[in-house]
Amino acid sequence: MDDFLVIDHVTKTFGAQRAVDDVSLAVSPGEAFSLLGPSGCGKTTLLRMIAGFERPDRGRILVAGQDITELPPEQRPVNTVFQNYALFPHLNVWENVAFGLRMGRRPREEIRSGVDRMLELVRLAEHARKRPAQLSGGQRQRVAIARALVNRPQVLLLDEPLAALDLKLRQHMLMELNTIHEQVGTTFIYVTHDQGEAMSLSNRIAVMNAGKVEQIDSPEHLYETPRSSFVATFIGDANFFTGKAVEMQHEGYVRVMIEGLGSPLVLSNGVVSSNQMLRLMVRPEKISLTLKRPLSGERVNAFPGVVEDSSYFGSHTRYRIRAGEHLITAQLQRSRFSGGEISPAHGTSVWMSFHPDEGRIVRLEDAA
Amino acid sequence: MKRSWIPSLITLGVVLFLFAPLVVLVANSFNASRFGGEWEGFTLNWYEKLWAAGEVWESLWITLKIAVSASLAAMVLGTLAAYALHRFRSWLQNVHHTLITLPLVMPDILMGISLLALFVLTGIETGLLTIWIAHVTFCLSFVTMVVLGRLQDFDFTLIDAARDLGATRAMAVKKVLLPLLLPGVLAGGLLAFTLSIDDYVITFFVSGPGTTTLPLRVASMMRTSRSLPMINALSTLLIASTFVLAVLSSRLQRRA
Repeated sequence: MDDFLVIDHVTKTFGAQRAVDDVSLAVSPGEAFSLLGPSGCGKTTLLRMIAGFERPDRGRILVAGQDITELPPEQRPVNTVFQNYALFPHLNVWENVAFGLRMGRRPREEIRSGVDRMLELVRLAEHARKRPAQLSGGQRQRVAIARALVNRPQVLLLDEPLAALDLKLRQHMLMELNTIHEQVGTTFIYVTHDQGEAMSLSNRIAVMNAGKVEQIDSPEHLYETPRSSFVATFIGDANFFTGKAVEMQHEGYVRVMIEGLGSPLVLSNGVVSSNQMLRLMVRPEKISLTLKRPLSGERVNAFPGVVEDSSYFGSHTRYRIRAGEHLITAQLQRSRFSGGEISPAHGTSVWMSFHPDEGRIVRLEDAA
Repeated sequence: MKRSWIPSLITLGVVLFLFAPLVVLVANSFNASRFGGEWEGFTLNWYEKLWAAGEVWESLWITLKIAVSASLAAMVLGTLAAYALHRFRSWLQNVHHTLITLPLVMPDILMGISLLALFVLTGIETGLLTIWIAHVTFCLSFVTMVVLGRLQDFDFTLIDAARDLGATRAMAVKKVLLPLLLPGVLAGGLLAFTLSIDDYVITFFVSGPGTTTLPLRVASMMRTSRSLPMINALSTLLIASTFVLAVLSSRLQRRA
């Protein structure tokens, strides 16, 4: 994997606050990459530094081997799709898209064909003479994308590209963005606070928190093997338990005592050794609910609880189940009675179970 | 919906209140009677006299020269001031803001006297230049306020967008900021022009020999009843040209 966009130990402070704190990452050519995190995590500041609107206090930014850290925005091989599109209201669609090429003093014929081809790509050719104010939200978004892509940037930055759209349109634009990315093959950098958006748009995601990168991974890896509890809760939902490794078992499994939960659990292990403190993360949909204790195959973790409440979501149902000191969230895809699974009412005693490979354990830093 | 006669009545009252004096004025400019008390027959006599009164046209010329040049200068300076006020924040900018708004609230007579005192102190002879300086001073405030209002609605990410697309700072201002501010600048300039053209009080203090502007000329003509009907005729012409200008500018705005 050759690195195309490189963020090299970049730090940016505003007053006393470290907006971006020693961030390093590398993006491959043609990749769709997301910066994901809650508001204030520094993702937008990082984007603005790549675009050239902010200068890092320390560190370097490279595109295709060229150090662009000190270049003003107009000289960077980077274009941006702004959150609220920032279309020029006094220019029509065609002129908006032509703006960059005109600034670059390209020959008239090249501008004409370039703009026409780009409007064709985003299917807006028949709206070329309209002003931005006459367009719908989705159309404005496509103008913004065309206006950026027409300059053939090495990297396209998209700042919360779907945030201003309503739900229905958002799902449509999601697919559209993926299609456009496939067609032009440019490196796309998304900035978003929406994990669903990031997961369906990108090959890899950098999860950011408080100015730092917590984890860079593919959507699947982030979801299945989050490296911190922040990542685990930010990408989807999770149940957390604190416990202690009591006995190492064969084939890389470990027996764990969980605080406030009676029975010991068996989990696949990669990180802890005996007597170490750990945190266990289990996704709600990995937990099965049964009325009777499941027939104990050797490696099924089962423990009893009482249903406190449930919420029906159509495609799935969520349960909150009391087990000792814990309130555990479980999610069932099927709300019908089937295959031994149940649809229990409030106050029902149930058994929760999950496979040892479906819980993830993290070593606690302060453990002995 | 229930129809009510009250709105029509109010409208009628407003129209009467605003336009009755103008109707009287226009009618009297064609009235053969010198004092306009009663209708003594149609005449163009006053227009002929006005046409022959060279000093009136000279005053009009002076007034237009000052109004055009002062509002142009105020448009440039006011836009710069508004930009500075909007983009930078410091205690000095607060002082700046107060200074700009002061002429809006300060009585004209105070401004006239203080400007005169300044010119006397610095030894600048009153005349065209001093009138121009005085007019730029008060026009500036109005242009700044109008442009400032426009700037407050301006989305500065548009400047980011322009630079992102390869425009230098100067090009971004030229291609994006100025075109979008232009309606505000023009509106401010138009306001400045109308204020300049009919200013009496301030101009009274800072004018010199040979620089009698139209308002000053009209005021001095008022002292002799002989020229009263001529003022009516002059006012009618001004009303007519204002009307034409208003229609033209609204047409222009509709096209933009």
